[in-house]
Amino acid sequence: MSSGATHRAIEAVWRIESARLIGALMRVVHDVGVAEDLAQEAFIAALERWPATGIPENPGAWLMTTAKNRAFDHLRQRKMRQRKHGEFQQDTAGLPPAGPDFDESVDDDVGDDLLRLIFIACHPVLSKDGRAALTLRLLGGLTTDEIARAFLVPEPTIAQRIIRAKRTLGEACVPFEMPHGLDLPTRLSSVMEVIYLIFNEGYVATNGDDWTRPELCQEALRLGRILAELLDDEAEVHGLVALMELHASRLPARTGASGKPILLLDQDRSRWDRLLLHRGLAALGRAEALKQPLGPYALQAAIAACHARTRVAAETDWTRIVALYDALVELTQSPIVELNRAVAVSMAFGPAAGLELVDALEGERALKSYHLLPSVRGDLLMKLGRHAEARVEFERAASLAQNARERTLLLARAEESRTWPSSGRPM
Amino acid sequence: MRVMVFVPADKQSEAGVMPGQELISKMMKFNEDLVKAGVMLDGQGLTPTSKAKRVRFSGSQRTVIDGPFAESKELVAGYWIWQVKSIEEAVEWLKRAPFDGGVEVTIRPIFEPTDFGKELNPELLAKDEGLRVEIQRQKMS
Repeated sequence: MSSGATHRAIEAVWRIESARLIGALMRVVHDVGVAEDLAQEAFIAALERWPATGIPENPGAWLMTTAKNRAFDHLRQRKMRQRKHGEFQQDTAGLPPAGPDFDESVDDDVGDDLLRLIFIACHPVLSKDGRAALTLRLLGGLTTDEIARAFLVPEPTIAQRIIRAKRTLGEACVPFEMPHGLDLPTRLSSVMEVIYLIFNEGYVATNGDDWTRPELCQEALRLGRILAELLDDEAEVHGLVALMELHASRLPARTGASGKPILLLDQDRSRWDRLLLHRGLAALGRAEALKQPLGPYALQAAIAACHARTRVAAETDWTRIVALYDALVELTQSPIVELNRAVAVSMAFGPAAGLELVDALEGERALKSYHLLPSVRGDLLMKLGRHAEARVEFERAASLAQNARERTLLLARAEESRTWPSSGRPM
Repeated sequence: MRVMVFVPADKQSEAGVMPGQELISKMMKFNEDLVKAGVMLDGQGLTPTSKAKRVRFSGSQRTVIDGPFAESKELVAGYWIWQVKSIEEAVEWLKRAPFDGGVEVTIRPIFEPTDFGKELNPELLAKDEGLRVEIQRQKMS
């Protein structure tokens, strides 16, 4: 094997093993930063030894043993330091030999270690950015550079976020036990929020590159699937996975030739990825089978499923979608969701009905700078033949749009509405 | 990226002989690990070629040929589709599979939609664009 090939193979092993390794180490040293450092040391040792010895038959065990030895050294030094300073901390981690045994990689333990790591990386005490960066690093095994390129921010920014996150966890004396009881829903919600954030970051259409945004969707999907297997009795987790699978199924149809975003209703559905689509429907099925009331992710997935099951846009069951939005609005009380509902209402009951709802949202503080509000309003006005008013809305939307391509699209719509004569027929 | 992993047929699989309990159990564990890792997208076993049919294409002629087919080593007995970061990751996963006896299992990366994007010629792209604008205009009338 060439050295380049060996290096890539070792990196592949790292991707498979690192999260599990860090999780196990964290269980012992009760510090995520130290756990990562120890795991990194094992990785470096692998990079040094394996090109000569070949990749071991059980690379996970090799890494675990190497890291474990380093961990024992670390704990020994820490105990010595504590004794030196007369500290008598009840170190719950304890020192081997009686202590935790790495060799017992019983599946349950591995699952628990991984779950604990996920909960820590996504701890609500951290900023969303911090959680996302830490999660991609500890659970995805991504390098700082890869994370930076994925989020289109400079590498030092990501490095800082990760450092800050680890420090915050230390300072907050975050307990490393599995959350349970009343704690669990909030902690789980935080985890799902991070995974979904990562997914949406990647959902903006771009060209393929080495590790860019479409790959972020895949990373989030992978994390979601892992979580669904670890917590398979949580309907919302399956709901989240369903939502991501269904959205990801549309990725091949989402971008036009020049990278232009194509709206759902205009997409060529033959380009939807059938494999992901069916996986999404299956995940939604798992959520529904648990007979728990559907939460926000599952409801959004159910809406996405309505589209997924329909061969052509014209056959969409908008009444059902409105009903699902009704439930979603009630749960989330979110003005953005209300706006989406207004669109569904306009499709089911006509643009006038939709416009009434949109107008009711005009005063909402949360939507003040939200470009989709005037954009939707403009669209409905166009359908009602009120072209001059529509143009004003599209121009307003364009001024609020963050994304250059969306701005161009909105300005184009404003221009188009200008060329319509008052009779409403196209030139 | 996605890969498809092809498991070749052999005389046993072609004869419809099920593998032993131990192998089945190891294979189930392997599949479980792939699912737990978020890597598994799809995986199926294929029935022996005694149940298969082939269609030969020549000009406008279509000939249907019934299985079984003789060339067992080139036949596929099962496949997986995995989501991985690199083909090396797929290799490392495959190494953990409980195969034996000199069997060779092939990993094939699947084309991404973006791979086709580069191949589309400018004329087709323009046609695509024009069609979309036209659809949008029609929707507005």
